[in-house]
Amino acid sequence: MSRQIKRVTIAVLLMFLALFTSTTIITVFQADSLNADGRNVRTLNASYSAERGPILVNGQAIAESVPSNDKYKYQRVYSSPDLYSPVTGYFTLNQGNTGVEGAMNSYLSGTSNDQFFTKVKSILTGQTPKGAAVSLTINPAIQQVASDALGNNTGAVVALDPKTGAILAMVSKPGYDPTQLASHNTNDVIAAYKQLLADPTNPLINRAISGNLYYPGSVFKLVLTSAALDSGKFTPDSVFPNPLTFTLTGTNTQINNAEGGNCGGGATVSIADALRLSCNIPMAQLGAALGGTEIAKYAKAYGFGQKLSVPMPVTPSIYNVGNEAQVELSSFGQFDDRVTPLQVAMTSAAIANGGTEMQPTLIKDITAPDLTVIQPFQQKIFAQPITQATSATMTQLMVNNVNNGAANGARISGVDVAGKTGTAQNGNGKPFTLWFTGFAPANNPQVAVAVVVENGTSFGNTVAAPIAKKVIEAVLNK
Amino acid sequence: MPAKRRNLELLLVIVACGIVGAAIALVELGALGHIEGTVLLLGTSLGVLALAMHVAMRFVAPEADPLILPVILVLNGLGIAEIYRLDIANHNTGWGASGVRQIAWTAMAMVIALAVLVLLRNHRVLQRYRYIAMFVGIVLLLLPMLPGIGATVNGARLWISIGSFNFQPGELAKIALAVFFAGYLVTARESLSMVGKKFLGMRFPRVRDLGPILVIWLAAMAVLVFQHDLGTALLFFGLFLVMIYVATGRLSWVILGLLLFVGGALIAGSALSYVQGRFASWLDPFNPKVYDAIGGSYQLVQGLFGFAHGGLIGTGLGQGSPNIVPLAESDYIIASLGEELGLAGLFAILALYMLFISRGLRIGFAGQDDFGRLLGVGLSFAIALQVFIVIGGVTRVIPLTGLTTPFLAAGGSSLVANWIIAALLLRLSDSVRTQPGLIADR
Repeated sequence: MSRQIKRVTIAVLLMFLALFTSTTIITVFQADSLNADGRNVRTLNASYSAERGPILVNGQAIAESVPSNDKYKYQRVYSSPDLYSPVTGYFTLNQGNTGVEGAMNSYLSGTSNDQFFTKVKSILTGQTPKGAAVSLTINPAIQQVASDALGNNTGAVVALDPKTGAILAMVSKPGYDPTQLASHNTNDVIAAYKQLLADPTNPLINRAISGNLYYPGSVFKLVLTSAALDSGKFTPDSVFPNPLTFTLTGTNTQINNAEGGNCGGGATVSIADALRLSCNIPMAQLGAALGGTEIAKYAKAYGFGQKLSVPMPVTPSIYNVGNEAQVELSSFGQFDDRVTPLQVAMTSAAIANGGTEMQPTLIKDITAPDLTVIQPFQQKIFAQPITQATSATMTQLMVNNVNNGAANGARISGVDVAGKTGTAQNGNGKPFTLWFTGFAPANNPQVAVAVVVENGTSFGNTVAAPIAKKVIEAVLNK
Repeated sequence: MPAKRRNLELLLVIVACGIVGAAIALVELGALGHIEGTVLLLGTSLGVLALAMHVAMRFVAPEADPLILPVILVLNGLGIAEIYRLDIANHNTGWGASGVRQIAWTAMAMVIALAVLVLLRNHRVLQRYRYIAMFVGIVLLLLPMLPGIGATVNGARLWISIGSFNFQPGELAKIALAVFFAGYLVTARESLSMVGKKFLGMRFPRVRDLGPILVIWLAAMAVLVFQHDLGTALLFFGLFLVMIYVATGRLSWVILGLLLFVGGALIAGSALSYVQGRFASWLDPFNPKVYDAIGGSYQLVQGLFGFAHGGLIGTGLGQGSPNIVPLAESDYIIASLGEELGLAGLFAILALYMLFISRGLRIGFAGQDDFGRLLGVGLSFAIALQVFIVIGGVTRVIPLTGLTTPFLAAGGSSLVANWIIAALLLRLSDSVRTQPGLIADR
């Protein structure tokens, strides 16, 4: 009988071994995916009753949790919602989170794996659990200037440090007040959300990185020109015929240069002059000569069509290869071309940084409540779309553009500003999308910037360029 | 040296009471923010009962195993603390609170267990009543099927309801059937093991010896089909197979039995939608279709979320949200404890069960008479199998079935039955150490 009992004992041991294994698998190996499941309300509840970490700009909290007297213990407050709503996003009880609040939720709520030992420590020492502080790369002075300069226009401003990819300013207007969505009364939150959603100006959308993409118009000529030069098939002195009007290949559609007339008056025009004066006809011919496939290759290298998080997801910009007439149209930023202001700023930043495009990010560092750094600033190369030589030539062309061309609205005395304007058409009779992008100082770039203004009635050079100029001045004077 | 074993027990009982008292206090601190006297006071009365039981054992079972009582005190107490914690979350007070009822049931179960210890001085008496035990067991098992008193709770008809009094007789049937199996198999094992044809290196029983296993199999299938209770059917049949194996030493019985059960369950499963639902939930619980279905995997998945939220060390007693899971205080008590005590707490609970079961299996190794050895092994295996079926179901080792977690889960019938099992094991362990001849004459 003892032999049988021994075997029964082994069977019992195996049964318990199965239970030890299953509980370990669930609580250790599957825990992350289970906690991340949308149907798991515990993760949400936990993130309210813990003291959520603040979002900091230059050491000051722009979003933080303060004690409240209700069952959730803490109330989220935003110190300058007008200035920062596109960056912070909102944090609701159970209606979703956006912006940095959403993208960095696991750190802010203290549930990320990196914070495991902090959590253990707080349990052992009896402290209430606390989330990590997320510091942003935003420079509050530049953010303020960018916001003031954009004024009441609908649009966006992005400023990058071209050498590191740090986002110095990210403005999107109109904004909203995330405080009304942080209410602990779910009905109030839903009502406020519905109202914001119904607002025709779409305040909930961060125009700098997401939402409806924009026609780039002439700012796309930076991609085209740098592609042409980098391919080795063209130089700035390569010339194209310079007619008053141009019929798109295979169609009866005629196009003009933006201000009518031909480009600079000669029988032919160089690429350098075409970019400086921002003429459409020679650019259409250049695009057709270079070919849509080659343009698409460079557009992709700059980041078009690629996934990107800053850490909020950025809507990929679009360049589609069409037939020859469509390639001609897309060469000056029409047809299917669509971009985010961030992508435009990244393009300028790549040219500014010797052809090396840095990964843009808002995250400066993440620190635990005990001030240990969980994640330091992560500088990463995003791509190398063009060579250093091409970037030097492009810089020169863009400086001429500001000093002596179509982008003179961004001229700053004593500083070489490299820039490009754009005035994109949105269809017959509709207002324009006005652009400026560029960087400065040209010989040692400190900032790359992109400005977009919706519903424009004049030109990028008269509306967007002066806004960019103020942002650049703010960076250089700091 | 009987005093030595009892002194160890006394020390451990005090430690156990300390652990349970601390758990209740932590629940109050975690969920209420302050200590409240009432439940601690009620808990203290249980501690006094435990001490009374200990003192009684110094006289009626001085050589009994010193670990059994402290281990089940901790398990029972942790269960009370967690049930009380769920009461706080659900705002249940007074007799509406499962925790208060659980304390009352525990007190009653302890008194009954003590009565068993005092009245049953020689376990061999039970062998005489094996056929009565069989009758009682089968009646208890099938009682819920009777119209009028049978009640269906959560889709399974395993309760009887008389007035406001609810009872799950299947829990007590477990004991009666273990007694019957032990008594019957000790006398019948010769014929069940010696004769038969050899096949594939194993000696298989003769057809006419198949009677008992077929009867038990039919009873299990009846429970499965009519009471919708896969867990209970599995528990009884598994218990029978293990006991017949221990008695005869023939693996062929186990194989035969498993084939019968799996075959029967497959046939029943293809016809019964609730069995299919259980399997679908087990295999693909995160599928939104299965998750949202009526009787689908919602509960299972919410339980898994609870475990995951607890992680390695748990949220701390009173600080999780175990009340999100349906039946958090009964079928899902282990998920509630897993959430608040974490993997560390789960391992401790599983270790306590293993300790308890190992004390029972020791009787099988060291016992003087085969009836007692078989009964000890059977009762402890029943607990082991029940723990495996319920915790394995909650943690997706096997499909989920509705059994109670011994000593932890809210429910009076389960508590009473398991405390009686503990009393029987205490009695058996005492007999192991005492000369069998002396007991027989007493």
